[in-house]
Amino acid sequence: MSDIKKFMFVNRKAPHGTIYALESLEVVLITAAFDQDVSLVFVDDGVYQLKKGQQTKGIATKNFSPAYRALEGYDIEKLYVEKESMEARGLSEEDLLVDVTVLGRAEMGELMDRQDVVLSF
Amino acid sequence: MKFGIVVNEGPYQHQSSDTAYLFCKAAIEKGHEVWRVFFYHDGVNNASKLTEPPQDDRHIVNRWSKLNEEHGVDLVVCVAAALRRGIKEENLAQGFRISGLGQLVEAGVKCDRLVTFGD
Amino acid sequence: MLHIINKSPMTNSALDSCLRVAQSGDILLIEDAVYAVTSGNVFESRMREAMGRFNIYVLQPDLEARGFADRLIGGVSSVDYGGFVDLTASNKSCQSWL
Repeated sequence: MSDIKKFMFVNRKAPHGTIYALESLEVVLITAAFDQDVSLVFVDDGVYQLKKGQQTKGIATKNFSPAYRALEGYDIEKLYVEKESMEARGLSEEDLLVDVTVLGRAEMGELMDRQDVVLSF
Repeated sequence: MKFGIVVNEGPYQHQSSDTAYLFCKAAIEKGHEVWRVFFYHDGVNNASKLTEPPQDDRHIVNRWSKLNEEHGVDLVVCVAAALRRGIKEENLAQGFRISGLGQLVEAGVKCDRLVTFGD
Repeated sequence: MLHIINKSPMTNSALDSCLRVAQSGDILLIEDAVYAVTSGNVFESRMREAMGRFNIYVLQPDLEARGFADRLIGGVSSVDYGGFVDLTASNKSCQSWL
């Protein structure tokens, strides 16, 4: 039996206001080391995690947004954004700091259904 | 069936650690195995042995310790999240251990189901 | 798939998002999400509509704790913690919409 499972990380929270986005990213990076099939999805305010141009100097916290760009180096290449969530926030793919696959809500729901382990923080 | 549990919120502040505990108890009563409970985010505060609730209230920390003692449930506290919040070996309650995030991923790989409780 | 929701739909979009994205399956309402299936609340019609696509369950102890044991809308199955465990076992995977 194969030990490779489909792991999905569901990000639905905005960065900075709470620590969830940062600590979620830390789990994602560790999961990469386990050779699992990893997907990241960004729904609702989670889309804000990928916004270009985040500057955290003024709030004196670590700007972890560049780390999303480093995911590729960890062989994490499946990043999905829900179209409805992105549009509801007045954003388009050009506003995001990484290349993502944009999925409609139904496709996103089907993708979730195909996972073995779904983690949300 | 083998269950892995994730607890993301601190005790008393949020209902999630109560719900997680009652879920674990029910699973064990049904003959399932709760292989590991992983405490992450503010969930690491479930492991503080300095916790002293009023006498007429439930003791959330001791309840977890008992689950480890009586059913061998592995109680793992994320090291990075714990150090951030002042949870260390010296104030770790009975039955808990501090380890890395890999333990969470391992629970996802090895358990039949991983159930998350949080805010 | 089992979808677990723990927020009141009157203050948080978790349930709304679940109904938007998920296509079918089981939904279990726990903690503050139990208010979604109490009679007369503004979300009731959304829940009745959702019953066509999903099986809706509510965690009875949470409903009782909040004083709504006698206000559960029809078509929702109530479960105890053991029933919660059964739902996670009978579904291939589960997702908590935190």
